Amino acid sequence: MQFDQLLQYVLSGLSTGAIYALIGIGFSIIYNATGIINFAQGEFVMLGGMLTLLFLDSCKLPLWAAIPCAIAVSTASGMLFERLAIRPLRQPTPINLVIITIGGSILIRGLSMLLWGKDTHAIPPFSGEEPIAVGGATILPQHIWILGITLLIIAANKFYFYHTISGKAMRACAYNRRAAGLVGIDVRRMVLFSFIISSAMGSVAGIIVAPLTMTAYDVGVMLGLKGFCAAIIGGMSSGGATVVGGLILGILESLGAGLISSGYKDAIAFIILLLILFIRPQGLFGKAQSERV
Amino acid sequence: MNRDMIKFLGFAALILAVPFALSGGYLMNVLVFVGIHTMLAIGLNLLLGYAGQISLGHAGFFGLGAYLSGILTATYGWNPWLAMPLAAAVVGGLAFLIGFPILKLKGHYLAMATLGMGIIMYITFNETIGLTGGPSGLSGIPNIAIGSLTFDSDKKNFYLIWSFTLGMILLTLNLANSRIGRALRAVHDSEVAAQVLGINARLLKVQIFALSAVISSIAGSLYAHTMTFISPASFGFNFSVELLTMVVIGGLGSIYGSFLGAALLTLLPEFLRAAQDYDIIIYGAMLMMMVMFMPRGLVRGVPDLLRKLLKKRGGKHA
Repeated sequence: MQFDQLLQYVLSGLSTGAIYALIGIGFSIIYNATGIINFAQGEFVMLGGMLTLLFLDSCKLPLWAAIPCAIAVSTASGMLFERLAIRPLRQPTPINLVIITIGGSILIRGLSMLLWGKDTHAIPPFSGEEPIAVGGATILPQHIWILGITLLIIAANKFYFYHTISGKAMRACAYNRRAAGLVGIDVRRMVLFSFIISSAMGSVAGIIVAPLTMTAYDVGVMLGLKGFCAAIIGGMSSGGATVVGGLILGILESLGAGLISSGYKDAIAFIILLLILFIRPQGLFGKAQSERV
Repeated sequence: MNRDMIKFLGFAALILAVPFALSGGYLMNVLVFVGIHTMLAIGLNLLLGYAGQISLGHAGFFGLGAYLSGILTATYGWNPWLAMPLAAAVVGGLAFLIGFPILKLKGHYLAMATLGMGIIMYITFNETIGLTGGPSGLSGIPNIAIGSLTFDSDKKNFYLIWSFTLGMILLTLNLANSRIGRALRAVHDSEVAAQVLGINARLLKVQIFALSAVISSIAGSLYAHTMTFISPASFGFNFSVELLTMVVIGGLGSIYGSFLGAALLTLLPEFLRAAQDYDIIIYGAMLMMMVMFMPRGLVRGVPDLLRKLLKKRGGKHA
């Protein structure tokens, strides 16, 4: 085993890990505001990539214009999902919520298949394909885009939750929904906000990863589940712990695929998921350290 | 003889008379699948409807049963009648072991953990190519035979599958009305209250989880022997969701509801041939609609609806 090769695995693991972290934070934001695990989370990731493609190909928009359009449309569909499926639910028991978000995810996936067919598509990289040498390993410019955008979003997230009124209100909802309602916070609005933020973040993740991994109508399932895995490692925090969870998952997966077998790559995430749920359901870092926003 | 028994005998007579009404052929083949799906839906319903514990990984147990039976008979030349109980015992034992840590989880977490479990099994079916044949599948699985009677036609398979299915229905009906069934419902309503009353909720949940896995495994073995070919695609996450849809549409905690859900979801795609690839959209829409508008399933939702309509009309007359 050469050091260069190891470095290569770690570096490419970091960028997939960043994607998982973004999706995972989306899971946590909704979970903390509402107690719902949104099984449709992955579909917004898929919508981000596919809609970018739609705006690029059909509307002939340049990439810099297509991306915001795609984020806007996927965010709107996240909003619609909350309004049409989650809010009208008369008996919001956990099982009903699981079933309805699964139903929603199947519906979104099916409609996308109807719209775009079953082919996989590629989005052009944001800035060229010239590999960059880092130590003995090489990375693509897109990797840097991914890491940069992830950092930016996490910073923006932090700012929102700690320095704006609506972010603070959302944190209040996470601590105690009834108390938040009593001090005049519109809890239902916060629930809607949480869906907006997390579908926006999900779609960004889907867009920045699409140039590397290609995209298709069904990529949302796996990406969503791995994002959830990241969130579980991070103890459902919407901050640093989930980011670390995502990065750990990304690196382990990349090492596992390189050193053990690429066929079992996807199984690694689920084995970690089960182990964490069995042994440390409060997350790898425990409740005390993770911030539950 | 009580009412439940009469209902069951009526149902059994109706089912077993079907082949006389049909000239055989294609529809008969579909009805074999209705039988297998009914078995699976009942297995899942025991867990979801009675014990209130969700599983999104039952396709994995179904697949494991099918593969164990398939490999033992096709590769190692075992008798199907020996392979089936062994497969069921292995799957049941595995579910019992996984059950302890997994059923400690609740609600969303349980859903995710069972989903992960199902996907790990699916990946294993795909990757252990030496044993399972990988994505291209396992062929040459023998039909089941009793003496010189080989179950190799749709009509024979119909009777084979449905005798198992009817047996399972009888078993679950009895179970539901027994001490265990009442204990399960108590756990469903409130685990704490059930424990206060002296029910070992944890063990009970694990036992039901294992039982429902055994039922899925037997359904899997039967599936392997009637199809004589299996591939991982039949045992993926989508199929787990399809099973969930069957149970929810029929009605949680209703055995005949599971049959109704299984029949509906198996027959529907046959009538919607044109919409082949898109049946998944219909599942999604159906799942959402049911939870929103008829959370108690068809078996209870439709009578409720009729009653409401009649009451309205009666109210107007008065």
